[in-house]
Amino acid sequence: MSGSSQTPLDPAAGGVTDARGATAAEEAVEARAAGAPRRWTVTRVALGLVAAVVVVWLVVKASEDLRQFAVVSLNGITLAALFFVVASGFTLIFGLMRVVNMAHGSLYLLGGYLALEMQDSWFKEEVGGLGISLAGEAGAEYDLVGWLVPLVLATLIIGVLGVIMQQVFLRWNQGQDLRQALITIALSVIFADQMLAAFGGISKDIKTPTDWPESIALPGDVRFGFFRGVIVLGAAVLIGLLLWWLITRTRFGKIVRAGVDDREMVSALGINVQLVFAAAFFLGAVLAGLGGVLGGTMISLAPGEDTSFLLNSLIVVIIGGMGSLAGAAIGALALGLVDAYGDVYLVFGDTDLTNYSILLTFALLVAVLAVRPLGLFGRPA
Amino acid sequence: MSEPLLAVEELHGYYGTAHVLHGVSFTMGAEPVALIGRNGMGKSTLCLAIAGLLGSATGSVRLDDQELLGKPAYKVAGAGIGYVPQGRRLFESLTVDEHLEIVGGRSKGEWTPERIYELFPRLAERKNVSGTSLSGGEQQMLAIGRALVTNPRVLIMDEPSEGLAPTIVENLVETIKELAAGGMGLLVVEQNLGVATTLAERQLVMITGSIAAETTAAELAGDPVAQRRYLGVEPLPDAA
Repeated sequence: MSGSSQTPLDPAAGGVTDARGATAAEEAVEARAAGAPRRWTVTRVALGLVAAVVVVWLVVKASEDLRQFAVVSLNGITLAALFFVVASGFTLIFGLMRVVNMAHGSLYLLGGYLALEMQDSWFKEEVGGLGISLAGEAGAEYDLVGWLVPLVLATLIIGVLGVIMQQVFLRWNQGQDLRQALITIALSVIFADQMLAAFGGISKDIKTPTDWPESIALPGDVRFGFFRGVIVLGAAVLIGLLLWWLITRTRFGKIVRAGVDDREMVSALGINVQLVFAAAFFLGAVLAGLGGVLGGTMISLAPGEDTSFLLNSLIVVIIGGMGSLAGAAIGALALGLVDAYGDVYLVFGDTDLTNYSILLTFALLVAVLAVRPLGLFGRPA
Repeated sequence: MSEPLLAVEELHGYYGTAHVLHGVSFTMGAEPVALIGRNGMGKSTLCLAIAGLLGSATGSVRLDDQELLGKPAYKVAGAGIGYVPQGRRLFESLTVDEHLEIVGGRSKGEWTPERIYELFPRLAERKNVSGTSLSGGEQQMLAIGRALVTNPRVLIMDEPSEGLAPTIVENLVETIKELAAGGMGLLVVEQNLGVATTLAERQLVMITGSIAAETTAAELAGDPVAQRRYLGVEPLPDAA
């Protein structure tokens, strides 16, 4: 508490040491630990200004075309929903086992490809004899079963694959962060090549059931994609609620949380942590696979999507804080919105900077880490 | 002395390349035993090794003639070793109630969460509070309660009085004595000589990784030279 009485905004304070020899930075840390009110540092003021500029820019753009703004926002939110499904699995595995599963994106893509293959080979109903031959797959129909069965099967297969990966490659390297990272990177490279060989390099997508509507009408004369807006968003909300229930209400969840805090103590209480780890890895992989099926339907499946979704998951959990479910939700939302707004609104007069929208993602990352080095909901390991 | 319940023989333990335990041997029955010694003598390491939490150890730790060394910690706990670690190591993310709820092992026995709440009414009042926001004394109660729910036959307590106010320590000592009277084996590591001698008649002295001497509470309390030698502490003001 004593720290709060000193002059807060002195640009030179960072390097000046006081009588006790503690730098201002150290003091700030102490003050925060003691529950003192946050101080106005140069970084914070700068970030606040940037945030204000961004908000003003969005308000200006929104007032120019409100309908476009609504659609872009919905795009961002639904993208966030997909990010959340994938990243929640990633953060679950990291939180409990401290394993940064660099093959998480591969599980995502493989889940999508498996579902696609199943849908293509088992559930495609050719609509023949009409003589109207549109391009590509337009002559085929799919029913609800033809979407759901591949989804469930592919998701379960990916879950089992995740457990095999953990048991065969990661279990005997527990606590060896670097080795585990390298092993999973190696796996992701192998997966990527095998998937390229098996499924080709052309972008494909999983088809929604033919009788599902293309889009839904929203108030204000806005139309938005049915699958994106209803199915993906609904699935993400449902998964979020289910995970929250699992983590907070069930014995499994309580053990997982205890394991995140202190793995050794959990096993000293007579709990087989290895079994819990395997279950958590299964669940994490299932979420990656499910994300792959949703993403493969909503966007597309192509080589490179694996690393792209690994990167997205990493950014989401770094923003939100490794191991936190709420953090994954907030991080996904932030990333999804920044992605969506950056893709459309980075136009200043005649200069079109939308190509650089990817950089905004990293600006977001830097901004969050500058203020909260452990992420929004992160805690020291 | 009662028949050996826990038998430790020639136990060697390592932290990485550091050889910490140099052939520890002792036996104990369903009785309270204090393990004393200066800092860095390997007392906590011995606790870890018995609880199955020390990565590399050789020798033998037997509970009722069942070899425990080399088994994973959850099986050691399941066999009946309860562990109350130094610093308590409660789970930050769990409430008091959840701490008692997750416990596995032999959780079907007489020690249930309800009985823990009877033993420590303070905890019952704070069921839904996060474990780590309790006071020091309450945290220690919870750490003990959590270990009791595994229904241990031998309870290992590493410095239970550490960092607690004297009046709290007094209450704690009473509770631990009750547990011992109930027929549970108790191995208590203590730096606080008063606590150690009140809790147990048998006093094992640990020096550089092995049991160097065994003495009794009465003998130790009346021998300031031994106190200084074994513990490096100033003698007790009076042998209470």
